[in-house]
Amino acid sequence: MTPVEAPQRAKADRPAVTSAASPLYASRQKVYPKRVFGRVRSVKWAVLIACLALYYIVPWLRWDRGPGMPDQAVLVDIGNARLFFFWIELWPQEIYFLAGALILGAFALFAVSALFGRLWCGFACPQTVWTDLFMWVERWIQGDRNARMKLDQGPRNANYWARKSLTHAAWLVIAAATGGAWIMYFVDAPTVTAEILTGRASLEVYFFFALFAGFTYLLAGWAREQVCTYMCPWPRFQAAMLDENSLVVTYRDWRGEPRGKAKDAHAGDCVDCYACVHVCPTGIDIRDGQQLECIGCGLCVDACDSVMGKLHRPKGLIAFETLKNLSASAAATAGMAPGEVRFAMGMAARQVPRFVRARTLMYAGALSAVALVMLGAFLLRSTLDVTVLRDRAPLYVRLSDGSIRNGYTVKIVNKRHDDAPLALTFQAPEGSRVTVQDVGHDDQGRPLLARRADGIAQYRVFLTAPSGMRLPESTPVTFRLMDASGRVAVSQSTAFLGPRP
Amino acid sequence: MPTKIEKDAVTGQETTGHEWDGVKELNNPLPKWWLWTFYATIVFGVAWMVIYPSLPGWKGSSGWVAREAVVADVAAAQAANAPMMARLREATPAQIAADPELRAFALAGGRVAFANNCAACHGAGGQGAVGGFPALVDDDWLWGGSLDAIEATIRHGIRTAEDADARNSAMPRFGLDGMLTNNQIGDVAEFVLWMTGRATHAAETERGRVIYAEQCAACHGATGEGNRELGVPRLSDQVWLYGSTKQDVMAMVRNPRMGVMPAWQGRLDPAVINMLTVYVHALGGGE
Repeated sequence: MTPVEAPQRAKADRPAVTSAASPLYASRQKVYPKRVFGRVRSVKWAVLIACLALYYIVPWLRWDRGPGMPDQAVLVDIGNARLFFFWIELWPQEIYFLAGALILGAFALFAVSALFGRLWCGFACPQTVWTDLFMWVERWIQGDRNARMKLDQGPRNANYWARKSLTHAAWLVIAAATGGAWIMYFVDAPTVTAEILTGRASLEVYFFFALFAGFTYLLAGWAREQVCTYMCPWPRFQAAMLDENSLVVTYRDWRGEPRGKAKDAHAGDCVDCYACVHVCPTGIDIRDGQQLECIGCGLCVDACDSVMGKLHRPKGLIAFETLKNLSASAAATAGMAPGEVRFAMGMAARQVPRFVRARTLMYAGALSAVALVMLGAFLLRSTLDVTVLRDRAPLYVRLSDGSIRNGYTVKIVNKRHDDAPLALTFQAPEGSRVTVQDVGHDDQGRPLLARRADGIAQYRVFLTAPSGMRLPESTPVTFRLMDASGRVAVSQSTAFLGPRP
Repeated sequence: MPTKIEKDAVTGQETTGHEWDGVKELNNPLPKWWLWTFYATIVFGVAWMVIYPSLPGWKGSSGWVAREAVVADVAAAQAANAPMMARLREATPAQIAADPELRAFALAGGRVAFANNCAACHGAGGQGAVGGFPALVDDDWLWGGSLDAIEATIRHGIRTAEDADARNSAMPRFGLDGMLTNNQIGDVAEFVLWMTGRATHAAETERGRVIYAEQCAACHGATGEGNRELGVPRLSDQVWLYGSTKQDVMAMVRNPRMGVMPAWQGRLDPAVINMLTVYVHALGGGE
């Protein structure tokens, strides 16, 4: 595998404004993305609608869990320390399932990046989705690129203020809906909606509502591409996941160069129309090669394709392409004059992208390993646990008849919704007695420990070894909790301590 | 600002003019809003220092005091507990023990009150301490282990001069006051060991038995069973407050030590005394 250099073109070559010494701080160049039609745009609309629908609808899904339980399908119930996901109910000590899901998400992101480049950034990232939505609103109220530029440069008249205030009002409404929907994942959606609207919600709810609404407005309305360029750590290190076999948005310079007029027979396919630059939501020129700022949304692909279509030239001057194919095409067409032969030679030099390679296999391996471990952990997840904490102060008690007693705190962690009592039995040296405070006994004289439905029940258990029993300093004992059918529901081993013999 | 403008050959980017061992820094200008955010944090910091007590001697313009915030938090917690505490004050320990809700509250509160007030002598887990601090987890009680007996002990203390209702008893100083000779004390101690099957000298035991019947049995009982009415320890069991060896027993006969426990009535809220009563009773030895 030979490393392939991305086509480097100095940024100074750009027709940009450069002064003698650039300042240490740069003002933002406002980006006015132009409307674009095409395949990629359609996919982006579909993903946007799907993501937004998922985000806004999920909190309203209901799931019957019986009386006294929340009926919201997806709910992070902070107050009661439960995470509900349809039929799954997680306790705080099982938060590793969430960690596992996040690890799965991370590996999936790595794998997708290695195969298809910045699909996440360009299509599904909330920053991209909400910015796209905000831009759609902006375009709807203020017009397309040229109209918006004109509006900004024009006089501050009634039309200007009307359109601007309408835009920001619409943004704030969307932002409020976003912040409101976020709250609904943590409290019952219909209840909190009514509370927010009638002013009866708690201060915390209003705080988080305002926090998320405010940041949605700020990040999608004002900050936009700067979030990706300056704030987000992911673009900085995802280069480590990409290689020459990853599909990235690229300009086929071997075909486009030298740029020139459409009628110029000696020019390449690029007519230097700047359509790709005008539609770019981050305001870059894809023809400069691979850049940090590029989120891989592919809108320039659509823009260029429509221009090529009008010129009756083959589409795909800008395309999702691997850097390996790009350099292969460039090598095959080196020194050739623009024209159909160069195009055919260049396209023929391409190969089907190698999706199966060491990197993707490792990501797939890690992905399936984590998925299997999580699945196993989930299937073996216990819904009834017992923990036995032996008293440490004192380690043991000598009673007046010389017998030795140990105290234990037994906690029954019951994740189920039934509270049938469990009979306590124990395996300990012959002759020892067990007593439990505040419980009844079954017909065999065994203590009956009630469990709390969906809760933790705690008991004080005393185990007494009679006087004269020659026990070592520490003796293993096991407590067992039997269900009504006589099966051992759960057991826990601990120790019985006594004086040094 | 750099004095020498230089362009990097590879990227065409200007450098800042800084160089460290041949490594040059490119000038990728920071966005302006970043700078303004930085200034905003400085403004925030200064405002914070003005509003809050940030420097020695500066009380802050808001007058906020951490201690007052804690006091307010404690007051809020006490207000939240007030109805429960009122019920605990009204109820008897027996009523509290019978009511699951009150009992759970009393056990939780009693644990804290015990750690604050009792653990210094009786140990963190009520295990007692060497030298006359009785264990509360075992089943041996000097003055009784019922809820009422425990409550009376906590309320009035043991041998507390200030409380007229304090439990009081005294054992004569048989050795110091010349009531028994050293040999007689040895004999009676041997007999006391005999009660728990540890005697080694038959003759001493027999002499001790006579002395015991004359001098000790009135309080400690003919078989050493003790007397809770008077707080007289049982001698026939395995729990020894001041030690179980012959020397320990002789020392007690010669010059008895009689422990003192303060009276908590007046020092602690009646509700807290009730909580402690229920807690101590539940430690493992309650009767």
